[in-house]
Amino acid sequence: MTIKEVQDNIIEEFSLFDDWMDKYNLLIDLGKDLPVIDPKYKVKDFLIEGCQSKVWLHPVYDGKLISFTADSDAIITRGIVALLIKVMTNRSPDEIIATDLYFIDKIGLRQNLSPTRSNGLLSMVRQMKLYAMAFNAKNK
Amino acid sequence: MKEIDEIRADFPILSRKVYGKPLVYFDNGATTQKPNCVLDAVDEVYKSYNGNIHRGVHFLSDMSSEAYENAREKVRSFINADKREEVVFTSGTTGSINGIAFSFGERYIKAGDEIILSRLEHHANIVPWQMMCERRGAVLLVIPINDNGEVMLDEYYKLLSSRTRLVSVTQASNALGTVLPLKEIITAAHSINVPVLIDGAQGIQHGIVDLKEMDCDFYVFSGHKIYGPAGIGVLYGKEKWLSEMPPFQGGGDMVDKVTFEKTTYNELPFKFEAGTMNYPAAIGLASALDYVSSIGRENIATREKELLIYATGRLSTIKGLIIYGNSEKKISTISFHIKDIHQYDTGMILDKMGIAVRTGTHCAQPVMDRFGIDGTVRASLCFYNTKEEIDTLADGIEKVKSMFA
Repeated sequence: MTIKEVQDNIIEEFSLFDDWMDKYNLLIDLGKDLPVIDPKYKVKDFLIEGCQSKVWLHPVYDGKLISFTADSDAIITRGIVALLIKVMTNRSPDEIIATDLYFIDKIGLRQNLSPTRSNGLLSMVRQMKLYAMAFNAKNK
Repeated sequence: MKEIDEIRADFPILSRKVYGKPLVYFDNGATTQKPNCVLDAVDEVYKSYNGNIHRGVHFLSDMSSEAYENAREKVRSFINADKREEVVFTSGTTGSINGIAFSFGERYIKAGDEIILSRLEHHANIVPWQMMCERRGAVLLVIPINDNGEVMLDEYYKLLSSRTRLVSVTQASNALGTVLPLKEIITAAHSINVPVLIDGAQGIQHGIVDLKEMDCDFYVFSGHKIYGPAGIGVLYGKEKWLSEMPPFQGGGDMVDKVTFEKTTYNELPFKFEAGTMNYPAAIGLASALDYVSSIGRENIATREKELLIYATGRLSTIKGLIIYGNSEKKISTISFHIKDIHQYDTGMILDKMGIAVRTGTHCAQPVMDRFGIDGTVRASLCFYNTKEEIDTLADGIEKVKSMFA
């Protein structure tokens, strides 16, 4: 699936719920199911600090694709992290750099990505792109 | 006292809905909502007499200047300061403390001098002093707190010495709600001729502040936390200090005579009010103080105490909920944590139920470190809140618990 297709799937999944509580229950479930990051990466080097919740993000590059694992200390944040990983993992650096993440807005979670929200999510997206750029630079 | 329904009707925002649910506003420690009279007062400035203050010869400028100076007099009388010259308008508490820290530091602080703060301070009463200490080579000392979140007076007395130049403490903790023993703190400092600054950001809106009785040397607060507009604050300083301290900002209106060789400064309080002040907000603040007086400050204190007792009782019955800050003397602020649930998760779900609380460290990281936690959920109540709203919060917390179980 392309990045666009994955995003459209998520939008469809969330469109089933009108009620905020149901949307958040789905996020909580996604958060609980998030593949757990290897504890050795839950260290300062991979920490993205927000003033509300923390996110740890670890990239692996096999020369072609980048895969991510991540975690957060807050479950709702972890749910959104799970969605971001679903969209961004196993992609080429070029794909990641070019990605336009529109699904967050479409499923009504924009509030979570505003610059003042400081839950680390906006920085997480930025960090994913920075890793992609760094891996790209290494290739050239 | 006015009936609660009448009071709530004075605040238009309180009747709005959030995500389809009636708003329960429990973030008054961050900012308070505004009554109609304040909104009207600010509106009136711009609609009928807007002109820059202290500058024009024209009608509108005169009218604005007069309203602005009346606002200063209103503040003076509200805090019972001696003279209007001692009341300086600023952008807020943060602006006031930064200003004092700079000017006091320039005038009185040298290497090795000491400033005493408490562990309960908001970052706004820590960072400006750190910046000043770094500049002047001075040292910050911190009064520790006990498990109830109260300052330890015995430890404070030990910190006072011939090196102490200033004590700067909050009237009440924004993070825990603790009210500090100001009388003891001020008396001890004054006994060795050390001035005291009181950060009234979380104090002035909860009861009577009488500076003649309190006898602090500086008192600062924000307009928006006492039902006034944002962007206006007050810096009160005893004349003997303010007259000696240099200005912290240069510009128009604060000067007497300017040549390129030397500038002499205007008299108090204008020496500290450089540039165009936020006069519409000052006028709005005056209206807010009138409103508070009309409700009655003792009435407000009584009502908020009732709400605090009710909320503490109600929340204490929730299993797994821990309240941080258990002092006998508290403002109506309750900081808590629910076992195994991140405060951000709690806050996000409460928000979806229309309940506005604050989560995180509340700009008071040293307080959180003291308790070994990385944040709390804070419900900060005020006199327009109700017991029904507290019930809604308690039910909301139970719902949060069931969602994250």
